[in-house]
Amino acid sequence: MGIIQKSQLKSPWVLHYDCSSCNGCDIEILASLTPVYDIERFGIINTGNPKHADVLLVTGGVNRRNARVLKNLYNQMPEPKVVVAVGSCACTGGVFYNCYNILGGVDKVIPVDVYVPGCAARPEAIIDGVVLGLQKLKEKTQMKSEEVAK
Amino acid sequence: MAKIVTPFGPQHPVLPEPLQLNITYEDEKVVSVAPAIGYIHRGLEKAGELNDFPQNVFLVERVCGICSFMHGMTYCEAIEDIMGVEIPPRAKYLRVFYSELSRIHSHLLWLGLLADAFGFESLFMKYWAIRERIVDLMEMTGGHRIILSASCIGGVRRDLTDEQISIIEKTLLEVKNELDHVTPVILKDYTVKKRTVGIGVLSKEEALTLGAVGPVLRASGVAQDLRQTGYEAYGELGFEPIVETDGDSYARAVVRAREVYQAIELALEALHHLPEGEAQVKVKGNPNGETIQRVEQPRGEVLWYVKGNGTKNLVRMRVRTPTYAHIPALLKMLPGCEMADVPVVTLSIDPCISCTER
Repeated sequence: MGIIQKSQLKSPWVLHYDCSSCNGCDIEILASLTPVYDIERFGIINTGNPKHADVLLVTGGVNRRNARVLKNLYNQMPEPKVVVAVGSCACTGGVFYNCYNILGGVDKVIPVDVYVPGCAARPEAIIDGVVLGLQKLKEKTQMKSEEVAK
Repeated sequence: MAKIVTPFGPQHPVLPEPLQLNITYEDEKVVSVAPAIGYIHRGLEKAGELNDFPQNVFLVERVCGICSFMHGMTYCEAIEDIMGVEIPPRAKYLRVFYSELSRIHSHLLWLGLLADAFGFESLFMKYWAIRERIVDLMEMTGGHRIILSASCIGGVRRDLTDEQISIIEKTLLEVKNELDHVTPVILKDYTVKKRTVGIGVLSKEEALTLGAVGPVLRASGVAQDLRQTGYEAYGELGFEPIVETDGDSYARAVVRAREVYQAIELALEALHHLPEGEAQVKVKGNPNGETIQRVEQPRGEVLWYVKGNGTKNLVRMRVRTPTYAHIPALLKMLPGCEMADVPVVTLSIDPCISCTER
Protein backbone atom coordinates (compact mmCIF):
# COMPACT_ATOMS: atom_id res chain seq x y z
CA MET A 1 0.00 0.00 0.00
CA GLY A 2 1.22 3.46 -0.87
CA ILE A 3 1.06 6.48 1.39
CA ILE A 4 -2.26 7.66 -0.08
CA GLN A 5 -3.95 4.31 0.57
CA LYS A 6 -2.58 4.17 4.12
CA SER A 7 -3.70 7.67 4.96
CA GLN A 8 -7.11 6.99 3.43
CA LEU A 9 -7.65 4.32 6.10
CA LYS A 10 -6.39 6.58 8.87
CA SER A 11 -8.51 9.54 7.84
CA PRO A 12 -11.53 8.56 5.74
CA TRP A 13 -13.78 11.40 4.60
CA VAL A 14 -17.50 10.79 4.66
CA LEU A 15 -20.19 12.07 2.36
CA HIS A 16 -23.73 12.12 3.67
CA TYR A 17 -26.78 11.94 1.48
CA ASP A 18 -30.42 11.82 2.55
CA CYS A 19 -32.49 9.57 0.29
CA SER A 20 -36.00 10.27 1.57
CA SER A 21 -35.44 9.48 5.22
CA CYS A 22 -37.40 11.14 8.03
CA ASN A 23 -34.45 13.30 9.19
CA GLY A 24 -33.88 11.23 12.32
CA CYS A 25 -30.81 9.40 11.02
CA ASP A 26 -29.48 12.59 9.40
CA ILE A 27 -29.40 14.48 12.65
CA GLU A 28 -27.83 11.44 14.31
CA ILE A 29 -25.08 11.52 11.66
CA LEU A 30 -24.56 15.21 12.44
CA ALA A 31 -24.67 14.43 16.16
CA SER A 32 -21.85 11.93 15.70
CA LEU A 33 -19.72 14.78 14.30
CA THR A 34 -20.32 17.02 17.32
CA PRO A 35 -18.55 17.06 20.72
CA VAL A 36 -20.26 14.23 22.61
CA TYR A 37 -19.56 11.53 20.02
CA ASP A 38 -16.84 13.31 18.03
CA ILE A 39 -16.24 11.06 15.06
CA GLU A 40 -13.20 13.19 14.23
CA ARG A 41 -11.12 11.24 16.76
CA PHE A 42 -11.07 8.47 14.14
CA GLY A 43 -9.85 11.02 11.60
CA ILE A 44 -13.27 11.12 9.98
CA ILE A 45 -14.36 14.42 8.45
CA ASN A 46 -17.68 15.27 6.82
CA THR A 47 -17.25 16.59 3.30
CA GLY A 48 -19.74 17.97 0.85
CA ASN A 49 -17.85 16.93 -2.25
CA PRO A 50 -18.27 13.36 -3.54
CA LYS A 51 -14.91 13.58 -5.32
CA HIS A 52 -13.14 13.91 -1.96
CA ALA A 53 -15.13 11.21 -0.16
CA ASP A 54 -14.19 7.64 0.75
CA VAL A 55 -17.30 6.60 2.67
CA LEU A 56 -20.88 7.29 1.56
CA LEU A 57 -23.44 7.42 4.36
CA VAL A 58 -26.94 6.98 2.95
CA THR A 59 -30.13 7.33 4.96
CA GLY A 60 -33.69 6.56 3.91
CA GLY A 61 -35.39 4.13 1.59
CA VAL A 62 -34.56 5.82 -1.76
CA ASN A 63 -37.43 7.16 -3.83
CA ARG A 64 -37.73 7.31 -7.58
CA ARG A 65 -36.54 10.89 -7.89
CA ASN A 66 -33.59 10.42 -5.58
CA ALA A 67 -32.24 7.20 -7.11
CA ARG A 68 -30.64 9.07 -10.01
CA VAL A 69 -28.92 11.54 -7.66
CA LEU A 70 -27.65 8.71 -5.46
CA LYS A 71 -26.20 6.82 -8.46
CA ASN A 72 -24.62 10.04 -9.63
CA LEU A 73 -22.95 10.66 -6.27
CA TYR A 74 -21.77 7.05 -6.05
CA ASN A 75 -20.25 7.17 -9.52
CA GLN A 76 -18.44 10.42 -8.75
CA MET A 77 -16.64 8.95 -5.72
CA PRO A 78 -13.13 7.63 -6.43
CA GLU A 79 -12.33 3.92 -5.97
CA PRO A 80 -11.95 2.28 -3.49
CA LYS A 81 -15.11 3.38 -1.70
CA VAL A 82 -17.50 2.06 0.94
CA VAL A 83 -21.26 2.55 1.20
CA VAL A 84 -22.88 2.49 4.66
CA ALA A 85 -26.68 2.25 4.76
CA VAL A 86 -27.76 4.06 7.94
CA GLY A 87 -31.10 3.23 9.52
CA SER A 88 -33.85 0.70 9.01
CA CYS A 89 -35.23 2.55 5.97
CA ALA A 90 -31.86 2.45 4.22
CA CYS A 91 -31.56 -1.28 4.99
CA THR A 92 -35.02 -2.46 3.95
CA GLY A 93 -37.46 0.43 3.55
CA GLY A 94 -38.41 0.22 7.23
CA VAL A 95 -41.65 1.84 8.32
CA PHE A 96 -42.18 3.16 4.80
CA TYR A 97 -42.12 -0.35 3.23
CA ASN A 98 -45.65 0.08 1.80
CA CYS A 99 -45.26 3.63 0.51
CA TYR A 100 -45.74 3.79 -3.26
CA ASN A 101 -42.72 5.97 -3.92
CA ILE A 102 -40.16 3.96 -1.93
CA LEU A 103 -37.92 1.54 -3.77
CA GLY A 104 -37.06 -0.26 -0.52
CA GLY A 105 -33.47 -0.07 0.59
CA VAL A 106 -30.30 1.49 -0.75
CA ASP A 107 -29.09 -1.86 -2.09
CA LYS A 108 -31.76 -1.70 -4.80
CA VAL A 109 -29.79 1.14 -6.38
CA ILE A 110 -26.11 0.87 -5.41
CA PRO A 111 -24.01 -1.89 -3.75
CA VAL A 112 -23.99 -1.58 0.06
CA ASP A 113 -21.08 -2.72 2.26
CA VAL A 114 -22.34 -2.11 5.80
CA TYR A 115 -25.92 -2.07 7.10
CA VAL A 116 -26.59 -0.07 10.27
CA PRO A 117 -30.04 -0.92 11.67
CA GLY A 118 -32.08 1.25 14.04
CA CYS A 119 -34.89 3.77 13.75
CA ALA A 120 -33.24 6.20 14.14
CA ALA A 121 -29.78 4.61 14.23
CA ARG A 122 -27.84 5.73 17.28
CA PRO A 123 -24.57 7.67 16.81
CA GLU A 124 -22.66 4.79 18.44
CA ALA A 125 -24.10 2.42 15.84
CA ILE A 126 -23.25 4.82 13.01
CA ILE A 127 -19.65 5.20 14.22
CA ASP A 128 -19.42 1.42 14.58
CA GLY A 129 -20.74 1.04 11.03
CA VAL A 130 -18.17 3.44 9.61
CA VAL A 131 -15.32 1.73 11.48
CA LEU A 132 -16.55 -1.64 10.14
CA GLY A 133 -16.65 -0.07 6.71
CA LEU A 134 -12.99 0.88 7.06
CA GLN A 135 -12.06 -2.82 7.28
CA LYS A 136 -13.89 -3.31 3.99
CA LEU A 137 -12.05 -0.32 2.58
CA LYS A 138 -8.75 -1.95 3.58
CA GLU A 139 -9.73 -5.21 1.84
CA LYS A 140 -10.73 -3.30 -1.27
CA THR A 141 -7.48 -1.34 -1.27
CA GLN A 142 -5.45 -4.54 -0.96
CA MET A 143 -7.42 -6.21 -3.75
CA LYS A 144 -6.84 -3.21 -5.95
CA SER A 145 -3.08 -3.06 -5.26
CA GLU A 146 -2.84 -6.80 -6.00
CA GLU A 147 -4.61 -6.24 -9.31
CA VAL A 148 -2.19 -3.47 -10.15
CA ALA A 149 0.79 -5.72 -9.20
CA LYS A 150 -0.43 -8.40 -11.64
CA MET B 1 -23.76 40.80 -17.48
CA ALA B 2 -25.28 37.52 -18.61
CA LYS B 3 -27.52 35.59 -16.30
CA ILE B 4 -26.33 32.27 -14.90
CA VAL B 5 -28.53 29.50 -13.50
CA THR B 6 -26.94 27.47 -10.70
CA PRO B 7 -28.54 24.60 -8.82
CA PHE B 8 -28.47 24.84 -5.01
CA GLY B 9 -28.84 21.25 -3.93
CA PRO B 10 -30.19 18.54 -3.92
CA GLN B 11 -26.88 17.49 -2.39
CA HIS B 12 -25.40 20.49 -0.58
CA PRO B 13 -23.15 20.60 2.52
CA VAL B 14 -25.37 23.17 4.26
CA LEU B 15 -28.58 21.22 3.91
CA PRO B 16 -28.89 17.91 5.70
CA GLU B 17 -31.77 17.17 3.36
CA PRO B 18 -32.19 17.44 -0.41
CA LEU B 19 -33.97 20.62 -1.47
CA GLN B 20 -33.24 21.91 -4.94
CA LEU B 21 -33.35 25.61 -5.73
CA ASN B 22 -32.47 26.59 -9.28
CA ILE B 23 -31.15 30.08 -8.70
CA THR B 24 -30.60 32.65 -11.46
CA TYR B 25 -27.70 35.00 -10.70
CA GLU B 26 -26.71 38.25 -12.31
CA ASP B 27 -23.13 38.98 -11.23
CA GLU B 28 -23.33 37.67 -7.67
CA LYS B 29 -26.88 38.85 -7.03
CA VAL B 30 -29.84 36.48 -6.96
CA VAL B 31 -32.42 37.45 -9.57
CA SER B 32 -34.97 34.68 -9.36
CA VAL B 33 -35.44 31.29 -7.76
CA ALA B 34 -37.28 28.18 -8.95
CA PRO B 35 -37.69 25.42 -6.37
CA ALA B 36 -37.75 21.74 -7.36
CA ILE B 37 -39.06 19.49 -4.64
CA GLY B 38 -39.96 15.82 -4.48
CA TYR B 39 -36.61 14.36 -3.46
CA ILE B 40 -38.02 13.07 -0.17
CA HIS B 41 -41.56 12.30 -1.24
CA ARG B 42 -42.45 8.88 0.16
CA GLY B 43 -46.20 8.67 -0.18
CA LEU B 44 -46.83 8.63 3.54
CA GLU B 45 -50.44 9.85 3.29
CA LYS B 46 -51.36 6.86 1.14
CA ALA B 47 -49.53 4.50 3.50
CA GLY B 48 -51.68 5.95 6.29
CA GLU B 49 -54.73 4.62 4.51
CA LEU B 50 -53.21 1.13 4.14
CA ASN B 51 -52.23 0.71 7.82
CA ASP B 52 -54.56 0.33 10.80
CA PHE B 53 -55.24 3.61 12.54
CA PRO B 54 -53.34 2.72 15.76
CA GLN B 55 -50.34 1.61 13.66
CA ASN B 56 -50.37 5.02 12.00
CA VAL B 57 -49.12 6.66 15.20
CA PHE B 58 -45.71 5.13 14.57
CA LEU B 59 -45.82 6.05 10.90
CA VAL B 60 -46.75 9.71 11.42
CA GLU B 61 -44.00 10.10 14.00
CA ARG B 62 -41.69 9.50 11.09
CA VAL B 63 -43.09 12.30 8.95
CA CYS B 64 -40.15 14.20 10.37
CA GLY B 65 -37.53 13.07 12.84
CA ILE B 66 -37.13 16.47 14.50
CA CYS B 67 -40.74 17.27 15.36
CA SER B 68 -41.76 13.61 15.54
CA PHE B 69 -43.61 13.94 18.84
CA MET B 70 -45.71 16.85 17.58
CA HIS B 71 -46.89 14.93 14.52
CA GLY B 72 -47.76 11.90 16.62
CA MET B 73 -49.57 14.09 19.14
CA THR B 74 -51.60 15.97 16.51
CA TYR B 75 -52.64 12.72 14.87
CA CYS B 76 -53.69 11.29 18.25
CA GLU B 77 -55.62 14.49 19.02
CA ALA B 78 -57.41 14.16 15.68
CA ILE B 79 -58.42 10.53 16.31
CA GLU B 80 -59.49 11.40 19.88
CA ASP B 81 -61.56 14.27 18.51
CA ILE B 82 -63.39 11.98 16.05
CA MET B 83 -64.00 9.28 18.66
CA GLY B 84 -64.99 11.73 21.40
CA VAL B 85 -62.30 10.61 23.83
CA GLU B 86 -61.45 12.96 26.69
CA ILE B 87 -57.85 12.41 27.79
CA PRO B 88 -56.86 12.66 31.47
CA PRO B 89 -55.44 16.03 32.69
CA ARG B 90 -52.08 14.44 33.49
CA ALA B 91 -51.75 13.39 29.84
CA LYS B 92 -52.43 16.97 28.72
CA TYR B 93 -49.62 18.33 30.87
CA LEU B 94 -47.28 15.53 29.81
CA ARG B 95 -48.02 16.34 26.18
CA VAL B 96 -47.13 19.98 26.82
CA PHE B 97 -43.90 18.86 28.48
CA TYR B 98 -42.92 16.57 25.61
CA SER B 99 -43.85 19.24 23.03
CA GLU B 100 -41.70 21.84 24.73
CA LEU B 101 -38.83 19.36 25.03
CA SER B 102 -39.08 18.79 21.27
CA ARG B 103 -39.15 22.55 20.72
CA ILE B 104 -35.97 23.10 22.77
CA HIS B 105 -34.26 20.28 20.90
CA SER B 106 -35.36 21.58 17.50
CA HIS B 107 -34.43 25.22 18.13
CA LEU B 108 -31.00 24.33 19.53
CA LEU B 109 -30.40 22.10 16.52
CA TRP B 110 -31.41 24.92 14.17
CA LEU B 111 -29.30 27.57 15.93
CA GLY B 112 -26.33 25.24 15.54
CA LEU B 113 -27.04 24.67 11.86
CA LEU B 114 -27.38 28.43 11.28
CA ALA B 115 -23.98 28.97 12.90
CA ASP B 116 -22.58 26.29 10.62
CA ALA B 117 -24.17 27.96 7.57
CA PHE B 118 -22.20 31.15 8.04
CA GLY B 119 -19.07 29.25 9.00
CA PHE B 120 -19.07 29.75 12.78
CA GLU B 121 -18.17 26.16 13.53
CA SER B 122 -17.35 26.47 17.22
CA LEU B 123 -20.80 27.93 17.92
CA PHE B 124 -22.34 25.02 16.00
CA MET B 125 -20.43 22.56 18.18
CA LYS B 126 -21.40 24.45 21.33
CA TYR B 127 -25.12 24.43 20.53
CA TRP B 128 -25.07 20.77 19.63
CA ALA B 129 -23.23 19.91 22.83
CA ILE B 130 -26.01 21.62 24.81
CA ARG B 131 -28.61 19.86 22.69
CA GLU B 132 -27.17 16.48 23.71
CA ARG B 133 -28.35 17.19 27.27
CA ILE B 134 -31.92 17.56 26.00
CA VAL B 135 -31.57 14.46 23.85
CA ASP B 136 -30.47 12.55 26.95
CA LEU B 137 -33.67 13.69 28.69
CA MET B 138 -35.69 12.51 25.70
CA GLU B 139 -33.98 9.14 25.88
CA MET B 140 -34.66 8.87 29.59
CA THR B 141 -38.35 9.79 29.30
CA GLY B 142 -39.45 8.83 25.80
CA GLY B 143 -37.15 5.86 25.31
CA HIS B 144 -35.39 7.17 22.21
CA ARG B 145 -32.97 9.93 21.37
CA ILE B 146 -34.89 11.33 18.41
CA ILE B 147 -38.18 9.60 17.71
CA LEU B 148 -40.17 10.34 20.87
CA SER B 149 -42.86 7.69 20.73
CA ALA B 150 -44.57 9.00 23.85
CA SER B 151 -48.04 9.86 22.56
CA CYS B 152 -50.74 7.28 21.95
CA ILE B 153 -54.45 7.40 21.20
CA GLY B 154 -56.07 8.10 24.58
CA GLY B 155 -53.21 9.86 26.34
CA VAL B 156 -49.49 9.46 26.87
CA ARG B 157 -47.72 6.13 26.86
CA ARG B 158 -44.72 7.26 28.90
CA ASP B 159 -45.56 8.55 32.36
CA LEU B 160 -42.93 10.34 34.44
CA THR B 161 -41.77 9.17 37.86
CA ASP B 162 -40.87 11.64 40.65
CA GLU B 163 -37.20 10.69 40.30
CA GLN B 164 -37.30 11.47 36.58
CA ILE B 165 -39.00 14.81 37.22
CA SER B 166 -36.27 15.90 39.64
CA ILE B 167 -33.55 14.92 37.12
CA ILE B 168 -35.40 16.82 34.35
CA GLU B 169 -35.78 19.98 36.46
CA LYS B 170 -32.11 19.90 37.41
CA THR B 171 -30.96 19.33 33.82
CA LEU B 172 -33.22 22.01 32.35
CA LEU B 173 -31.88 24.59 34.80
CA GLU B 174 -28.31 23.56 33.92
CA VAL B 175 -29.13 23.85 30.22
CA LYS B 176 -30.48 27.34 30.88
CA ASN B 177 -27.23 28.30 32.59
CA GLU B 178 -25.18 26.94 29.71
CA LEU B 179 -27.37 28.82 27.24
CA ASP B 180 -26.74 32.06 29.11
CA HIS B 181 -23.13 31.77 27.98
CA VAL B 182 -23.89 30.97 24.34
CA THR B 183 -27.00 32.99 23.46
CA PRO B 184 -25.23 36.41 23.74
CA VAL B 185 -23.04 35.29 20.83
CA ILE B 186 -26.10 34.94 18.57
CA LEU B 187 -27.62 38.16 19.91
CA LYS B 188 -24.58 40.45 20.02
CA ASP B 189 -21.62 39.04 18.10
CA TYR B 190 -20.33 41.27 15.29
CA THR B 191 -19.73 38.45 12.78
CA VAL B 192 -23.16 36.93 13.38
CA LYS B 193 -24.84 40.30 12.87
CA LYS B 194 -22.76 40.98 9.77
CA ARG B 195 -24.09 37.82 8.15
CA THR B 196 -27.73 38.07 9.24
CA VAL B 197 -28.90 41.65 9.85
CA GLY B 198 -30.92 43.03 6.94
CA ILE B 199 -30.57 39.82 4.90
CA GLY B 200 -33.60 37.96 3.60
CA VAL B 201 -36.13 40.56 4.71
CA LEU B 202 -39.80 39.58 4.78
CA SER B 203 -42.15 42.43 5.62
CA LYS B 204 -45.25 42.01 7.79
CA GLU B 205 -47.63 42.35 4.83
CA GLU B 206 -45.67 39.86 2.72
CA ALA B 207 -45.53 37.38 5.59
CA LEU B 208 -49.30 37.53 5.98
CA THR B 209 -50.00 37.41 2.23
CA LEU B 210 -47.66 34.47 1.61
CA GLY B 211 -49.08 32.50 4.53
CA ALA B 212 -45.91 32.29 6.63
CA VAL B 213 -46.35 30.63 10.02
CA GLY B 214 -44.49 30.16 13.28
CA PRO B 215 -41.18 31.90 14.02
CA VAL B 216 -40.94 33.35 10.49
CA LEU B 217 -44.28 35.12 10.96
CA ARG B 218 -43.42 36.22 14.49
CA ALA B 219 -40.06 37.59 13.33
CA SER B 220 -41.97 39.79 10.88
CA GLY B 221 -43.97 41.36 13.69
CA VAL B 222 -47.18 39.31 13.81
CA ALA B 223 -47.97 38.00 17.28
CA GLN B 224 -49.53 34.76 16.18
CA ASP B 225 -48.86 31.51 17.96
CA LEU B 226 -51.23 28.55 17.91
CA ARG B 227 -50.45 27.85 21.54
CA GLN B 228 -52.60 30.90 22.26
CA THR B 229 -55.63 28.82 21.28
CA GLY B 230 -54.98 26.84 24.45
CA TYR B 231 -54.91 23.29 23.09
CA GLU B 232 -53.89 20.57 25.56
CA ALA B 233 -52.87 22.42 28.74
CA TYR B 234 -51.49 25.60 27.15
CA GLY B 235 -54.62 27.52 28.16
CA GLU B 236 -53.82 26.94 31.82
CA LEU B 237 -50.13 27.89 31.55
CA GLY B 238 -49.07 31.52 31.27
CA PHE B 239 -47.87 32.21 27.77
CA GLU B 240 -47.03 35.20 25.55
CA PRO B 241 -45.82 34.82 21.93
CA ILE B 242 -42.33 36.16 21.22
CA VAL B 243 -42.28 38.83 18.51
CA GLU B 244 -39.55 40.66 16.61
CA THR B 245 -40.31 43.34 14.03
CA ASP B 246 -37.37 43.42 11.60
CA GLY B 247 -38.29 40.33 9.55
CA ASP B 248 -34.69 39.56 8.54
CA SER B 249 -32.58 36.47 9.20
CA TYR B 250 -31.32 38.00 12.43
CA ALA B 251 -34.86 38.54 13.76
CA ARG B 252 -35.71 34.93 12.98
CA ALA B 253 -32.61 33.77 14.87
CA VAL B 254 -33.49 36.01 17.83
CA VAL B 255 -37.07 34.73 17.95
CA ARG B 256 -35.84 31.16 18.12
CA ALA B 257 -33.08 31.93 20.60
CA ARG B 258 -35.64 33.56 22.91
CA GLU B 259 -38.18 30.78 22.35
CA VAL B 260 -35.72 28.24 23.75
CA TYR B 261 -35.87 30.06 27.10
CA GLN B 262 -39.65 30.27 26.87
CA ALA B 263 -39.88 26.55 26.10
CA ILE B 264 -37.70 25.73 29.11
CA GLU B 265 -40.01 27.86 31.30
CA LEU B 266 -43.12 26.19 29.88
CA ALA B 267 -41.68 22.69 30.30
CA LEU B 268 -40.75 23.41 33.92
CA GLU B 269 -44.15 24.95 34.57
CA ALA B 270 -45.93 21.94 33.06
CA LEU B 271 -43.94 19.65 35.35
CA HIS B 272 -44.63 21.90 38.33
CA HIS B 273 -48.40 21.76 37.77
CA LEU B 274 -48.48 18.07 36.78
CA PRO B 275 -51.78 16.65 38.13
CA GLU B 276 -51.96 13.23 39.77
CA GLY B 277 -53.80 10.33 38.17
CA GLU B 278 -53.74 8.15 35.09
CA ALA B 279 -51.90 9.25 31.96
CA GLN B 280 -53.88 7.13 29.54
CA VAL B 281 -57.44 5.96 28.93
CA LYS B 282 -58.48 2.83 27.05
CA VAL B 283 -59.99 3.55 23.65
CA LYS B 284 -62.38 1.12 21.97
CA GLY B 285 -63.96 1.16 18.54
CA ASN B 286 -63.03 2.71 15.23
CA PRO B 287 -63.08 6.37 14.14
CA ASN B 288 -66.10 7.46 12.13
CA GLY B 289 -66.08 11.06 10.92
CA GLU B 290 -63.62 13.74 9.97
CA THR B 291 -61.68 16.45 11.73
CA ILE B 292 -58.96 19.07 11.42
CA GLN B 293 -56.34 19.56 14.11
CA ARG B 294 -53.76 22.33 14.34
CA VAL B 295 -50.70 22.43 16.57
CA GLU B 296 -47.80 24.85 16.94
CA GLN B 297 -44.66 22.97 15.96
CA PRO B 298 -41.12 24.34 16.41
CA ARG B 299 -41.35 25.54 12.80
CA GLY B 300 -44.90 26.82 12.94
CA GLU B 301 -48.42 25.67 12.44
CA VAL B 302 -49.08 22.12 11.29
CA LEU B 303 -52.50 21.09 10.06
CA TRP B 304 -53.78 17.53 10.12
CA TYR B 305 -56.92 16.34 8.40
CA VAL B 306 -58.15 12.83 9.25
CA LYS B 307 -61.24 11.07 7.94
CA GLY B 308 -62.47 7.67 9.05
CA ASN B 309 -65.48 5.56 8.02
CA GLY B 310 -65.93 3.26 11.02
CA THR B 311 -63.41 0.65 9.91
CA LYS B 312 -59.89 0.23 11.24
CA ASN B 313 -58.46 1.86 8.12
CA LEU B 314 -58.72 5.58 7.53
CA VAL B 315 -60.27 6.98 4.36
CA ARG B 316 -57.98 9.98 4.12
CA MET B 317 -55.06 11.44 6.01
CA ARG B 318 -53.63 14.82 5.03
CA VAL B 319 -50.92 16.97 6.58
CA ARG B 320 -49.85 20.50 5.75
CA THR B 321 -46.55 21.29 7.39
CA PRO B 322 -44.93 24.66 8.21
CA THR B 323 -42.06 24.42 5.72
CA TYR B 324 -44.56 23.89 2.92
CA ALA B 325 -46.01 27.28 3.86
CA HIS B 326 -42.55 28.84 4.01
CA ILE B 327 -41.37 27.98 0.52
CA PRO B 328 -43.30 30.90 -1.13
CA ALA B 329 -41.85 33.18 1.57
CA LEU B 330 -38.36 31.86 0.83
CA LEU B 331 -38.80 32.69 -2.86
CA LYS B 332 -39.62 36.25 -1.82
CA MET B 333 -36.63 36.54 0.53
CA LEU B 334 -33.92 35.26 -1.80
CA PRO B 335 -34.04 37.67 -4.81
CA GLY B 336 -31.70 40.60 -4.24
CA CYS B 337 -29.34 38.88 -1.83
CA GLU B 338 -25.74 37.86 -2.50
CA MET B 339 -24.70 34.37 -3.60
CA ALA B 340 -22.89 33.80 -0.28
CA ASP B 341 -26.05 34.61 1.68
CA VAL B 342 -28.21 31.98 -0.02
CA PRO B 343 -27.41 29.22 2.55
CA VAL B 344 -28.11 31.55 5.49
CA VAL B 345 -31.42 32.80 4.09
CA THR B 346 -32.49 29.27 3.13
CA LEU B 347 -31.71 28.03 6.62
CA SER B 348 -33.43 30.98 8.27
CA ILE B 349 -36.86 29.51 7.49
CA ASP B 350 -35.73 26.32 9.27
CA PRO B 351 -36.43 24.08 6.28
CA CYS B 352 -37.68 20.59 7.06
CA ILE B 353 -37.96 18.92 3.70
CA SER B 354 -39.12 15.54 4.95
CA CYS B 355 -42.11 17.33 6.53
CA THR B 356 -42.81 19.25 3.34
CA GLU B 357 -42.81 16.30 0.99
CA ARG B 358 -43.92 13.53 3.34
